[in-house]
Amino acid sequence: MCGIVGLFLKDQSLAPNLGSMLTNMLITMTERGPDSAGIAIYDSTSNANLKLTVQSSNPEVDFGLIKNNLSIMIESSVSVEIKDTHAVLKLPREKITLAREALAKLCPGVRVMSVGEKVEIFKEVGLPREVADRFSISKMSGSHGIGHTRMATESAVTTMGAHPFSTGQDQCLVHNGSLSNHNSLRRKLKRQGVLIETENDTEVGAAYLSYKMQQGSTLKEALESCLKDLDGFFTFVVGTKDGFGVVRDPIACKPAIMAETDQYVAFGSEYRALVDLPKIEDAKVWEPEPATVYFWSH
Amino acid sequence: MQVFDLGSNPLRELNATLQAQNSNTNQINWEVQNPRGRHAIAVGLDAPIEVRVKGSTGYYLGGMNQKAQITVDGSVGPGVAENMMSGTVIVEGDASQYAGATGHGGLLVIKGNASSRCGISMKGIDIVVFGDVGHMSAFMAQSGNLVVCGDAGDALGDSLYEASLFVRGSVKSLGADCMEKEMREEHLDILSNLLKVSGSKAKAEEFRRYGSARKLYNFNIDNAY
Repeated sequence: MCGIVGLFLKDQSLAPNLGSMLTNMLITMTERGPDSAGIAIYDSTSNANLKLTVQSSNPEVDFGLIKNNLSIMIESSVSVEIKDTHAVLKLPREKITLAREALAKLCPGVRVMSVGEKVEIFKEVGLPREVADRFSISKMSGSHGIGHTRMATESAVTTMGAHPFSTGQDQCLVHNGSLSNHNSLRRKLKRQGVLIETENDTEVGAAYLSYKMQQGSTLKEALESCLKDLDGFFTFVVGTKDGFGVVRDPIACKPAIMAETDQYVAFGSEYRALVDLPKIEDAKVWEPEPATVYFWSH
Repeated sequence: MQVFDLGSNPLRELNATLQAQNSNTNQINWEVQNPRGRHAIAVGLDAPIEVRVKGSTGYYLGGMNQKAQITVDGSVGPGVAENMMSGTVIVEGDASQYAGATGHGGLLVIKGNASSRCGISMKGIDIVVFGDVGHMSAFMAQSGNLVVCGDAGDALGDSLYEASLFVRGSVKSLGADCMEKEMREEHLDILSNLLKVSGSKAKAEEFRRYGSARKLYNFNIDNAY
């Protein structure tokens, strides 16, 4: 089943509430998927540094190693903000490749959740409320964000199998559905040098979109080509540095509902997820059409 | 009028209370407040009562309804009036996918648009949609009438049996074995009556009728066991 929520703010005065609004929306969707949950939040301020969000199953040891050694290894200052099993590292843009190589040597068990100027991704096994509390998501501000609560079908219930998936800078994807041709597509993408870390179908969808955009497609074009190249069921919500997009497969059996006001655009797997949003009673509420790409950007 | 606030009382209590009404009840008017998109509101009713839901609902509103008249002042999620047997369900807003699925009887009126698979496998229900319906509507529909005052999406009436489909606007495409059929006097009578009871101002003469071409496998006697 899975539950998806998304919120894109038009009115930046709501930015301090983004984390709490998104958290409440995601908790409402708990029954659609109790296996794992995750949230991607996009910072509303611009940053000179890049943010690298990492996860560890042994955070005391790994994050201690990072704090003591990473900045020496990459010869640059690194700030480390620890949130439970995740840490957000801020470092100069040009050091990102070096930092990832250094991390792999320093603490091979650490997994990269996201890289970008604005995005931070937090995900773990557990219910949305527990996962959101662990990372204090409701205290986070931001310009837009997406959340997912998973009922696993295609691959194991692990942190790495949780959504959102990020395979490109400031890009992330959440998915309700299942892809049928992910194995063949994974092989094709790997041959093109794309890094895919799990056996999960959604990661292949995310990697496909990132690959298309690396090849010069806009997000809109990349989403349109999904309709041709991906086989299976999908309602996708994607986040980029400044925007938020939605696409559903042509059969569109995975539910989706959207609401738009002067202040925000919101997505939910069900209307229940939207009922506490400001002035929802006056919002334009509609179901996104099948095989149609929707996109909003700042 | 009996008022039930879902903001402060559990949904199970609402359904148990409504299901406990019988034909002799004198509590015939009910108002349900604060539905907030909840699923399975007013399901399994079996008494001639009137229920008004003040807001939008989630999955399966009015499922399995018998005899009751249920009105929603809002929009409904997937599977509204699924497997309805009799009575009436009126939606003032839009309906999500598979509205009226497998319905055996009664009347479902959607005053906005209905999404995909409206009337899938309908078995005798009458459905009137004031707006448009999405793709695969009336898929494998067996009996009853689907009236669409707006447009129909792709693959209307795919693998249809004996239901009648009436569309006033355009049909994006017809599904396998669905064809346009002659609108005769008896069809105009059925259609006029459905438009009248559902409160639509559309005229029966403005519609086209679609039905089964009866060419698929199961219509060929040589394939019978």
